[in-house]
Amino acid sequence: MVKEIERTGLPVVHICTVTPISLTVGANRIVPAIAIPHPLGDPAASHEEEERLRRSIVEKALKALSTEVDGQVVFTG
Amino acid sequence: MKKITVLHYINQFFAQIGGEEQADHPVEFFEGEVKGPGLAFMQLFGDEAEIVGTIVCGDSYFNERHDETLDAIIEFVDRIHPDLVIAGPAFNAGRYGVACGAVAAGVQERLGIPALTGMYVENPGVDLYKDKVLIVSTKNSAAGMRAAVKLMAPLALKLGRGDAIGASCEEGYISQGVRVNFFEKQRGSKRAVDMLLAKLSGKPFTTEYPMPDFDRVDPQPAVKDVSKATIALVTSGGIVPKGNPDFIESSSASHFGEYDITGVDELTSEGYETAHGGYDPTYANQDADRVLPVDVLRQMEREGVIGKLHNKFYTTVGNGTAVASAKAFGAEIGKRLVGDGVDAVILTST
Repeated sequence: MVKEIERTGLPVVHICTVTPISLTVGANRIVPAIAIPHPLGDPAASHEEEERLRRSIVEKALKALSTEVDGQVVFTG
Repeated sequence: MKKITVLHYINQFFAQIGGEEQADHPVEFFEGEVKGPGLAFMQLFGDEAEIVGTIVCGDSYFNERHDETLDAIIEFVDRIHPDLVIAGPAFNAGRYGVACGAVAAGVQERLGIPALTGMYVENPGVDLYKDKVLIVSTKNSAAGMRAAVKLMAPLALKLGRGDAIGASCEEGYISQGVRVNFFEKQRGSKRAVDMLLAKLSGKPFTTEYPMPDFDRVDPQPAVKDVSKATIALVTSGGIVPKGNPDFIESSSASHFGEYDITGVDELTSEGYETAHGGYDPTYANQDADRVLPVDVLRQMEREGVIGKLHNKFYTTVGNGTAVASAKAFGAEIGKRLVGDGVDAVILTST
C-alpha cells in the first residue's frame, strides 16, 4: 500500500515496528514504532507519557516527510 | 547408522501455548521434547532422524526483540549442536515467517548448521530470507501442514546427510536465484521451438530466463512546509468505527474502509476498535490512537505544526491479505487522496 500510494504522487512515511519487512517491501521513508499491537503507544506508561511518546514518533514521521531522500531511509534519530 | 539430530523452532500457537494473547510469550527451550508439527516430522523421519528439542517463541516477542532473542536461540542451538534445524513451517503468518527465516538463516550463517523452513510465497519472510536459506513453498494456511511436512521432511533428511540438493522446481523450495550448470536432455534450439509452439497454441510453458522483479517506487519529493500541508492517515492495522460497519475481514481483507473524522479529536474506545485478527487487539481497542494517531495530529493541527489533518482516514487489515489486494487498495486510496488535495501520507502498520 505504501508503494502504490507513493506511486500516485504523494510522499508516504511508513510507521511500523518490524522495519526489515518495510525495507524489503520497498517503503522509502520509514519510522520505527514501539510494538506490534501498539505501534504508537505504550500501555505500561501513564496517559501523558504515552501521548508524549506518540507525539515524538509523529514528529519523526513529519520530519521524514519533509526530508528529501533518494532511496530508502529509516529515520531513527 | 547414527540418527540425524534435529532441533525444531515453532511459535506459541503451534506449541499450543495460545493465540494472539500469547504472542508476547518469551523464548523457551524444551530439550528432548517434540511438539506440534514436530510430531508429523518424526513420523516421516522414521529411523533416519529425530527431533532432540523444540524452541518455542511468541511471534511478537521475537520480532520486537529480534537480535537478543536470536542470540539466545543461537546459543542454545550451539550447545545442543544438532545436525539440522527446522523452523516452522510458517505458512502465511508474517511475524512467524520472519522469525523462522531469521532463526534458520542465523543458525546456518553463525554455526554452520544446515537449516530449513517453509512458508507461503507471499509471506514477508520469503523476500527477506530466500537467498540465505532453503524455504519450502507451502500453502497459505495451516490446513496445508501435511503437504508441507511431506515436502520438508525428505529435504531435511538430505540436508542432514549432506546430500546434494536438487533444483528448486524438483525439491519444492522457493528459488534462491542461484544458477547451476547442468546438461539438459534436449538441446536449446529444440527447447526454444517447443516453447514457441506452446506459446502460439496458447498452451502453458515455462521460461528458462525469468525476468527479475524489481518493484521499487521512486521517493516523491519532500513536503516543503509541513505547517501548510494537509496530512492524511492510512493504516493496515484495521482501525474501524466501533462495530466495523463495512465488515472489513479480520484476515485476508477484500476491501478497505474510508471514514470521516471531521470534528473527531481522538479515537475513544466507545467510538473505535480494530478489526485486525493478527495481533492482540486489547491495546488498540482501549485506545485506537495507539495505532492511528488522530489525537496527536489534531493537537498539531491546532498548534499550527501541520496545516491540516485530512478529514478522512483509510483503513484495512494487513493480515494474510494478498499482495494483489493490497496493491489495488493502495492505488485507489492514493487516487482519492490526490483528488482531495492531500500533500502527504502517514501510514501505520502493526
